[in-house]
Amino acid sequence: MSTLHDFALRMGDSTLILGHRVSEWCGHAPVLEEDIALANTALDLIGQTQLWLGLAAEEEGSGKTADDLAFLRDAWEFRNALLTELPNGDFGRTLMRQYLFDEWHLLMLQALQGSSEKRVSDIADKAVKEVSYHVERSRDTVIGLGDGTAESHKRMQDALDYLYPYVGELFTPDAIDEAATNAGIAPDLASLRAPYDAALTATMAEATLSLPDSRFAHKGGRTGKMHTEHLGHILTQMQWLQRAYPGATW
Amino acid sequence: MAPTRLSGGHVVTQASVEQVYAWLDEVPDPEIPVISLTDLGIIRHVEWAGETLEVTVTPTYSGCPATSIINLDIETALRARGIEKLTLKRQLSPPWTTDWLTEEGRAKLEAYGIAPPQPAGGPKHCPRCQSADLERLSQFGSTPCKAQWRCKSCLEPFDYFKCI
Repeated sequence: MSTLHDFALRMGDSTLILGHRVSEWCGHAPVLEEDIALANTALDLIGQTQLWLGLAAEEEGSGKTADDLAFLRDAWEFRNALLTELPNGDFGRTLMRQYLFDEWHLLMLQALQGSSEKRVSDIADKAVKEVSYHVERSRDTVIGLGDGTAESHKRMQDALDYLYPYVGELFTPDAIDEAATNAGIAPDLASLRAPYDAALTATMAEATLSLPDSRFAHKGGRTGKMHTEHLGHILTQMQWLQRAYPGATW
Repeated sequence: MAPTRLSGGHVVTQASVEQVYAWLDEVPDPEIPVISLTDLGIIRHVEWAGETLEVTVTPTYSGCPATSIINLDIETALRARGIEKLTLKRQLSPPWTTDWLTEEGRAKLEAYGIAPPQPAGGPKHCPRCQSADLERLSQFGSTPCKAQWRCKSCLEPFDYFKCI
């Protein structure tokens, strides 16, 4: 498979799995406005998935579609970051995960707007507008709940402590990432860390939350070496229709 | 309509590009039917490639469920006008912006009760009573392109078409 294929698959799998996770809130959010916001965010992510997995399928050249990649692969073939597959937890943890992902996503897309590959920069040009909007909301919510009541503060700090060890994977390149960087398709992942840290430090200070000292990072999602036990459970929900009724269409 | 002689020797009439735009201007947006597809600014290009009409459409939001319905509506409308060979193309870049909403489209939105997008990032005034005393209820709304606001004078909630 080409480097472009592998890169697009990693982007698309992360937006797909996070989009699915966020969509699990539909009809369950604490207030109507938040329900709508979560559903809209999920919708954007799944729309971006169609573009990324569409590109991966095109590069694969075997006649598969984005839907085939989403619904007919098993857990070990997924290349999403571990952060995206973690369970939603409470509303605060969901928004903390969203914020931690959104800041990375925004920096990544901004860099991809300068990609040597036009099909990548086209997707980034489109997605960056949506993600700028996502981070505005997730940042505001993290600050509002972090600097909120004693209960909301505690929940947000717990969420940050739980999720932070999954952030490092987003900045740890492997051979595929290096090939994408060398080809001018994507930025050096490690180069995104400094601006990410600066954004997080500012946000957490405003939210009165403490960033964990440890940089320990769980890895294995983007390379496919080892997902968490949660991914398989997501797929049983996400894929059951195509598994039970192969080829079913609207 | 300019007559075109095809290789088979029979004469057909091929609709002008302007005519096609006029037809598309009659196709309503499926979610906000008060404006048309051309008002929305998503028809990027129309041209004839030989006997095939090519219509280039750009999505508003990448996950907007209306996108596939829009393509279906375009196809249905043009087939009804006798267009037989039709290709719909998707163009992502430059990405759609609310700057491409026509003036007519903005006026129609406001008359319908949806505040049109403003560069400042929020509605200029309440589409019902014109008061500028407003508050944002949610960054998101009933479709990906809208947010929820409320007028503090007449107390009515209303949709605001997000500026992107």
